[in-house]
Amino acid sequence: MTVQVDKVWKYFGDFPAVREITLHVEAGACLALLGRNGAGKTTLLRMIAGLSQPSQGDVRLLGKSVRDSEARARIGLLGHGIGVYEELSAFENLRHFANLFGLPQPAAAARQWLERVNLAHVSESPVREFSRGMRQRLAVARAFLHDPGVLLLDEPFTSLDDRAVALLQSLLSGALARGATVIMSTHQLREAMELAMHAALLVRGKLGFFGARPVEMLEDPGWLYRQYGEA
Amino acid sequence: MFLRQSLAVAMKDLRSELRTKESLNSAFAFAAVILILFSFVVDVGDSEILYSMSGGVLWMTFLFSGALILNRSFAREQQNDCLDALLASPLTGSALWFGKALANFILLLAVAAFSFPLFGALYNLTWARSPGWLLLVTLLGSWGISVVGTMFSALTVNLRLRELMLPTLIYPILIPVLMGAIRLTTILISGEPIAGDEWIWLRLLVGFDIIFTSLALLLVEVVLLG
Repeated sequence: MTVQVDKVWKYFGDFPAVREITLHVEAGACLALLGRNGAGKTTLLRMIAGLSQPSQGDVRLLGKSVRDSEARARIGLLGHGIGVYEELSAFENLRHFANLFGLPQPAAAARQWLERVNLAHVSESPVREFSRGMRQRLAVARAFLHDPGVLLLDEPFTSLDDRAVALLQSLLSGALARGATVIMSTHQLREAMELAMHAALLVRGKLGFFGARPVEMLEDPGWLYRQYGEA
Repeated sequence: MFLRQSLAVAMKDLRSELRTKESLNSAFAFAAVILILFSFVVDVGDSEILYSMSGGVLWMTFLFSGALILNRSFAREQQNDCLDALLASPLTGSALWFGKALANFILLLAVAAFSFPLFGALYNLTWARSPGWLLLVTLLGSWGISVVGTMFSALTVNLRLRELMLPTLIYPILIPVLMGAIRLTTILISGEPIAGDEWIWLRLLVGFDIIFTSLALLLVEVVLLG
């Protein structure tokens, strides 16, 4: 299993935000993490990414502890924030992260990804001058820069225009074809259903459904909510 | 890998700071204000008193203006959730801390390089009588401030009153390093050699730096992830 989440709980004070969740995701699988606002999707993704420790239970990536450097070298994270520095240029941002991931040619990797996300023409401009869509594309490049084996995406389609959505979907398809594992939390079900073969529905921190994506969701993306979620 | 990652973090922090000059400009301005205000307090005609106060005035200046630099250290990573992107990478907490401590150390040295000549001009003192030793004391004292300040910058980054909390927490811990640095700087600016019992202050500075650097490297992962 690439991602193993075993009986994980997360408390904020006395409030259990995530309650005894067990998820096993195989290599090459794409899991859509669904749920209403406050259901615990982001909290669960943060624990899988090693940004937050479970109060109980265990999270393992590629058979290793999530805080193991080797495991983290395989993670590509696209969170709520874009994770890039406003005062640095697009190129400097990507080169910085390429250095942190120990890529052999950080500058070349940065330039290559700026081309792929159509930002080569503004590579030397500071990020603070970028539009929201350009920032999001740069964040996508940062997350894919090191060819990650596990992609953790929190609302990845938010604020992307149709071209950027198509770009992200094509990058994710490519990553899945290479055997990467993708876990994405999203409210944009139509975009997610094009890629996700598995779905997990969180209801108030608990797992309401986990398994192969029901065929009914292709016609009616909200079907899972009505069937397993709260009214 | 540790050094490569630390240097990448340090270079990124320095590049960001030099581009915005957010904390550096305010630290320079604050250092100048402190030195000017102190010059009203003391009789600049009495060189004996001036020499005896020199270490205290200078290190209070470095410390107060340095807090402005240290406060920004981890706060810079909150913008766009950059800290999450760093923590989800193979960068270790210790490499992140060490890189930031290096960048802060260089910025603190810049404040010192700005303050020494200004101090000499305002107080009409010859301050560089033992430049080599003075440089060594400044390096050791600044590293001590940077080590503790960077650690507590990580600890206080999510607090609402972090600008107040950081100095409140670090100043008591820095008392040993301040005592040593103030005493040695006063001796060196007065033109006296470090001799006899005064060596204990230099050993104190070295010991403080080694102990707190080791502690920070061991504990920073816990501080960052809880």
